[in-house]
Amino acid sequence: MNWQALFLSVRLAATVSFVLLLLALPLAYWLAFTRWRWKFLLESIVALPLVLPPTVLGFYALIALGPRGFLGQLWQKLFGHSLAFTFTGLVLASMVYSLPFAVQPLIASFEALDRRLLDASAVLGASRSRTFFRVVLPLSLPGLLTAVVLCFAHTLGEFGVVLMVGGNLPGITRTVSIDIYDRVQALDYAGAHETALLLLLISFAVLSVVYGVNRRVWSPWPAR
Amino acid sequence: MNLTAQVRKQLHSSGSTPFLLDVNLDFPAGFTVLFGPSGAGKSTLLDCIAGLQTPDAGRIAFNNDLFFDHDAKITLPAQQRHIAYVFQSLALFPHLSVEENIAYGLTQLATDERQQRIHEITSAFHIDALRQRRPAQLSGGEQQRVALARSLVTQPRILLLDEPLTGLDAGLRRKILDDLRSWNAANNIPILYVTHNREEVDAIGERIVTLEHGRVQESGHPGQVLDAPRSLALAQAAGFENLLHGVVLEHRPADGVMRVALSLSNRELEIPLGAAPAGSSVQIAIRAGDILLATEPPKSISARNILPGTILSLDLRGSLYIVHVDAGLVFTVHVTPGAVRALSLAAGQRVWLVLKTHSCHVVV
Repeated sequence: MNWQALFLSVRLAATVSFVLLLLALPLAYWLAFTRWRWKFLLESIVALPLVLPPTVLGFYALIALGPRGFLGQLWQKLFGHSLAFTFTGLVLASMVYSLPFAVQPLIASFEALDRRLLDASAVLGASRSRTFFRVVLPLSLPGLLTAVVLCFAHTLGEFGVVLMVGGNLPGITRTVSIDIYDRVQALDYAGAHETALLLLLISFAVLSVVYGVNRRVWSPWPAR
Repeated sequence: MNLTAQVRKQLHSSGSTPFLLDVNLDFPAGFTVLFGPSGAGKSTLLDCIAGLQTPDAGRIAFNNDLFFDHDAKITLPAQQRHIAYVFQSLALFPHLSVEENIAYGLTQLATDERQQRIHEITSAFHIDALRQRRPAQLSGGEQQRVALARSLVTQPRILLLDEPLTGLDAGLRRKILDDLRSWNAANNIPILYVTHNREEVDAIGERIVTLEHGRVQESGHPGQVLDAPRSLALAQAAGFENLLHGVVLEHRPADGVMRVALSLSNRELEIPLGAAPAGSSVQIAIRAGDILLATEPPKSISARNILPGTILSLDLRGSLYIVHVDAGLVFTVHVTPGAVRALSLAAGQRVWLVLKTHSCHVVV
């Protein structure tokens, strides 16, 4: 068992889930409540990672993060090193890859809220942010949990994006799924099986938590 | 203490043709009932006053404070209007206790004063014992009291009530209204009370404004407005159980009446002389409580309409019997249990319906 790879994957998944949640909460809130007529375009962008092959996503991420890319150059200026083949680069690319898994459950639970509760909060004098933290967020906890857990599980198992953006550097970008791939390439089936089974069990446990807490069957697509 | 609301707003309610809400109303301190069939624009009007919806045009002001002025491009956010609004759904926060719900609008206050206010309002509305419970653990009537307390504890300038007491029995409703009335005796603010329930109107009294398709139909005292409804939808909403179709046969100006042949039967009615010309069809609304039942043909009586019929059914509903009588057409009649006993009324019995001319209202 390659514990280093597993630990790296868990660290990556936890970081991505946390940072992505901070981004997804306002984005989902805005998408759930705005009446902007072009919002469907943004919704489509959010859902893109669901249909794109990870290699396509990884390819563009690599270009953006690379020394000539927009993000890569910005990062180079700010921190003096490149983003490609680093853990930070992996986090950024994974955030794009897992975006729908964070945003869609949140939108679904925000849209299910009784609007009159928000009206009542406003009439009682509460600002928008107070309404968000005192009413919207507490009543959306199941959706929040779903978002975090799905993000975590999805990032834990990603392969294509990591391979394109991160390469295969032990301890930095060699995650479990890359490790399994390496072992199969090297015909080490027993070693691959050990890790694969562990990943399978973790994924099952994580999804059981989501469905156990949340009786509504969740779909990554917008509920319309 | 005066709320003025000039509101114009195009409404696109699902399932019906769009219509224009267009009203110009004054609400002085005290109760004003907004009455009308559902979809008349009552809730939209309240939403506009509260700042939850924006009118297309108009002006809303309370005394000298401007809430909304389309021409001056002023829209005060709902948070700053200092209005209380109790929704039909009540909208209690399900994850907060009764006490936390009531304290929700009191964040600006110091802890002592907040506790004092919560104590006062919970005793005024008899919900002290429920303070630690969640809304889901309350009965319907308790939830309604909590919703009222949560709104009134903020000492609002205006109180908007959107059918807050639907689903309660008459006794409980009257008790809550009494609490509300004694609260307003001290506070004396405008209270707008939306309902389409005639019993609630009677329990509140005071002023009434009837809305239909976004327009004010009538305003005045409930007795004057609702006892002679001028439209069919209003008659249905006001509890006119009998709505009959007929054709005007002739006008008799000397008697002050016109004769109407009722459709689907060979019966005729004398109704008050109206504008409908002979040959035109009319609809007639008659309240079930305005029809008398006799077990013998009445003689020497001023009522002009006496229709023989047969009792189809008797149903006890609360403190009255709802009697259906087949007199060519099926009429609904309200009778007290005492009268049912005294006349020993039973299904299948031969009876005579007695209708005063002026109990028959022509509606359009």
